[in-house]
Amino acid sequence: MDSHSTYEPKNGAARWLESRLPVLGLVHSSFIAFPTPRNLNYWWNFGAILTFMLAVQIITGIVLAMHYTPNAALALDSTESIMRDVNYGWLLRYLHANGASLFFFAVYIHIFRGMFYGSYKAPREVLWIIGVLIFLVMMATAFMGYVLPWGQMSFWAATVITNLFSAIPIVGTTVTTWLWGGFSVDNATLNRFFSLHYLLPFVIAGLVMLHIWALHVPGNGNPTGVNVKSKDDTVPFHPYYTIKDVFGLSVFLILFAWIVFYIPNFLGHPDNYVAADPLKTPAHIVPEWYFLPFYAILRSIPNKLLGVIALFGSIAILLFLPWLDTSRIRSAVYRPIYRQFFWIFVIVTIGLGYLGSQPPEGIYVIIGRILTVYYFLHFLVILPVIGIVEKPKPLPASISEAVLAKNGHAPAVAGAK
Amino acid sequence: MLRLAVLGIALAIAAPAAAQESGQGGAVAAPTHFPIKEPELQRWTFAGPFGNFDQGQLQRGYFVYKEVCSTCHSMRLVAFRNLSQPGGPGFTDAQVKALAETFKIQDGPNDQGEMFERPGRPSDHFPSPYPNPQAAAAALGAAPPDLSMIAKARGIERGPLLTVVDFFTQYQEGGPDYIHALLTGYQDPPPGFNVPPGGHYNPYFNAAAVLAMPPPLTDGAVPYTDGAPQTVDQYARDVSAFLMWAAEPHLVERKRMGMMAIIFLVVFAGLMFATKRKVWSGVAH
Repeated sequence: MDSHSTYEPKNGAARWLESRLPVLGLVHSSFIAFPTPRNLNYWWNFGAILTFMLAVQIITGIVLAMHYTPNAALALDSTESIMRDVNYGWLLRYLHANGASLFFFAVYIHIFRGMFYGSYKAPREVLWIIGVLIFLVMMATAFMGYVLPWGQMSFWAATVITNLFSAIPIVGTTVTTWLWGGFSVDNATLNRFFSLHYLLPFVIAGLVMLHIWALHVPGNGNPTGVNVKSKDDTVPFHPYYTIKDVFGLSVFLILFAWIVFYIPNFLGHPDNYVAADPLKTPAHIVPEWYFLPFYAILRSIPNKLLGVIALFGSIAILLFLPWLDTSRIRSAVYRPIYRQFFWIFVIVTIGLGYLGSQPPEGIYVIIGRILTVYYFLHFLVILPVIGIVEKPKPLPASISEAVLAKNGHAPAVAGAK
Repeated sequence: MLRLAVLGIALAIAAPAAAQESGQGGAVAAPTHFPIKEPELQRWTFAGPFGNFDQGQLQRGYFVYKEVCSTCHSMRLVAFRNLSQPGGPGFTDAQVKALAETFKIQDGPNDQGEMFERPGRPSDHFPSPYPNPQAAAAALGAAPPDLSMIAKARGIERGPLLTVVDFFTQYQEGGPDYIHALLTGYQDPPPGFNVPPGGHYNPYFNAAAVLAMPPPLTDGAVPYTDGAPQTVDQYARDVSAFLMWAAEPHLVERKRMGMMAIIFLVVFAGLMFATKRKVWSGVAH
């Protein structure tokens, strides 16, 4: 990343290594001395939380894979043997299954934080796009992980989602057969999902490195959206943000522990404790909660192909967000109209999530369609128009000035070196 | 499934939904929403952050399961040795060994290439009453579900509001509540309702108005030696608790560890907060 480093190796061994591979200097400049805006609030904790959760998922996942058998006849029994016979296997599995949920919970806050503070705007477009790609790979990973216990919901979720590809004109059936490795969701499907479920987290880890690299070129955004102008605007990452991240992470872990130890099945579906049965369709097939808004969008469109396009479009549209938002002001704090539409968008997304959990009938379908249309309008019409018509509030001249205004008479510069 | 994402905000959307559901409640002759009646919530010793299984209840529940349920239902994931593990029914190792020996287990092939029967050992899983689901279906009309995970494979519809409440109250006992309601819920059908042959009316069944299983419990059917009432209600309560243990044998250990983990994390977060304030004390932000 670049050279903010004042790093000087203190002993011979470090000097020896540094002159051959400057990795210590890299770590020092990226995570110790890195100049970080002094005014980041707690919404900026989620980057560190997400990195931690990725590590938790990879570590618990590797140990689970030592005990799990990716075979349609044995998958459920091996999962249950982890729960019953492996030492602390129940803990590993509940950490992993609920860890996925909390990973998504944190990523949604992280994404909404980016939308509120305009984190996607120049010069951070590539950073944002890499983030959207991480989100996509996360979705694929989580979906395939959900299939692995081979319960009823695993099997039927796999059936519903892989069938989406059959909507592609002409080659749809061929593509679906190729994905399945057969003519229905079966052992070959489970086996390849396991293989990919083990691979993709490392792809995510690689993308996370690019994400952090792309972050460290322009540096962090901040709640005012004003660029860093002088050294007075920043503090070194360590100890200021290391300690703040550790505190934020500890609070997050309390929530994680609450779910894992007390309500580990709250976020799951009882049907997934029933063995997969290709001859028996569950009354309602529902995905995990973090897919519900997208599931609602899929079901709102009466045409299968268009529904699939809307589903993928609802995520792909995020890639274009840096150019759809025409305002040059980053932070919603100084954008009185956008701020209101941001919260409407949050509520619409949560509303879509609720509708995704309900059977697609009656009033739910109608509301689902309205909210789906609104979802796309937000990006395609509302954002471009607001950027043009809105009159932003005056921006502070600098981060230090904003901090000074907020704290009244407090010293604005002390301690920043 | 989970409606965590809903939180309170989708209330406006939930209102018409609630109206729609109450509109279905009155339809008796041709109900379309199951279960027809929602289960009544019971008190369980294993509920909440300090939950613990009542050993006596698990032992009674095991006897109800063994005398009644196991004649038709398998429980193939549970082994005899589990019965003496900590946090379970608390049988002694000697009791488990003696109990296992009362069962004939098929083993083999031996060095003559033949299958043979031998007395059970603690490491054996509970033998199934039928060799495969097809045999069970041929004998009973429909294959009864395996009971190993049934207490987690069944639940109660809670709706968006109660789901949010459940997150904080740690309500996780939908499975045993459902099983208790089903076992005690057999009753005469409402007038005008035709029960098909081989069916039994039960408004608590989650898939239809009638189910193939006849009422399994009758007062006094299983003798208790500890003075607990020998009623259908008590049997249902005990066997539901036993089934919860069978589905989640590490429940007690999990909740104990959770208490320690949360106390640790709260103290740790407090220390980190104090440190954070100290570090930032000289810096306006």
